[in-house]
Amino acid sequence: MTDEITSQRTPEGGAPSSSGPRTGGPRSGGGPGGPGGRKFFRRKKVCKFCTEKIDAIPYRDVRLLQGFVAERGKIVPRRLTGVCTTHQRRLTRAIKQARNIALLPFAARY
Amino acid sequence: MERFYEVMFIVRPDVEDADLDKLIAGFEHTVTSAGGKVRSTEKLGRRKLAYTVRKFNDGNYVLLTIDADGKLVAELERRLRVSEPVIKFITVRMDEEQKRIDKIKAIRATRKKVSAQPVAAAPVAEDTTHAETAEPVAEAASA
Repeated sequence: MTDEITSQRTPEGGAPSSSGPRTGGPRSGGGPGGPGGRKFFRRKKVCKFCTEKIDAIPYRDVRLLQGFVAERGKIVPRRLTGVCTTHQRRLTRAIKQARNIALLPFAARY
Repeated sequence: MERFYEVMFIVRPDVEDADLDKLIAGFEHTVTSAGGKVRSTEKLGRRKLAYTVRKFNDGNYVLLTIDADGKLVAELERRLRVSEPVIKFITVRMDEEQKRIDKIKAIRATRKKVSAQPVAAAPVAEDTTHAETAEPVAEAASA
């Protein structure tokens, strides 16, 4: 009986922790009860597209897209660039379109 | 409902300018003869490709903006695929995106006009207070 209870508890324990780091916004600068490692502290970055009010992210604008692509051609995650979710999704779409038309590489620099 | 598309394609670098123009004119003719409209044609020039395509390292980029419907786009893509000098192409549908951008611009235009007017009516006052409260919050955050 106790086993059933514990096995029921763990999925509930799993759910809130998985939603926590994903939201990202509320935990700006805090960290889990005091500054631990550098894992939580870099959250002051704002979304570049929101501040500059850029609506459309065209796939043709290689210079803009290159700022969000790593050296090896990989798309940089938004926790490093500080981009908001909607813009990150549009950015990803634009980068993939640019890759298809050979404006950006799929994988670069072996 | 007219949809509009951006078609970007890459032509082999060893094609001459005259032939390139002929090729583009051929595609434009395909669009116009089937009832579409070519909004603009842009030659982005020769660029280095990010990866090797059909053993070429650079190519001539051409951007075509057209008003067309789906069937015409399918026909155009078929021609692009078949034509030998074209090595890559991509078609992007732009009308929904443009609608969204226009909506945002319209909202921003009404908001700006509201804050510029000295006389504020009742529903307009809500917008101005909205804008005013937004600004001091931003200043406080940056200070």
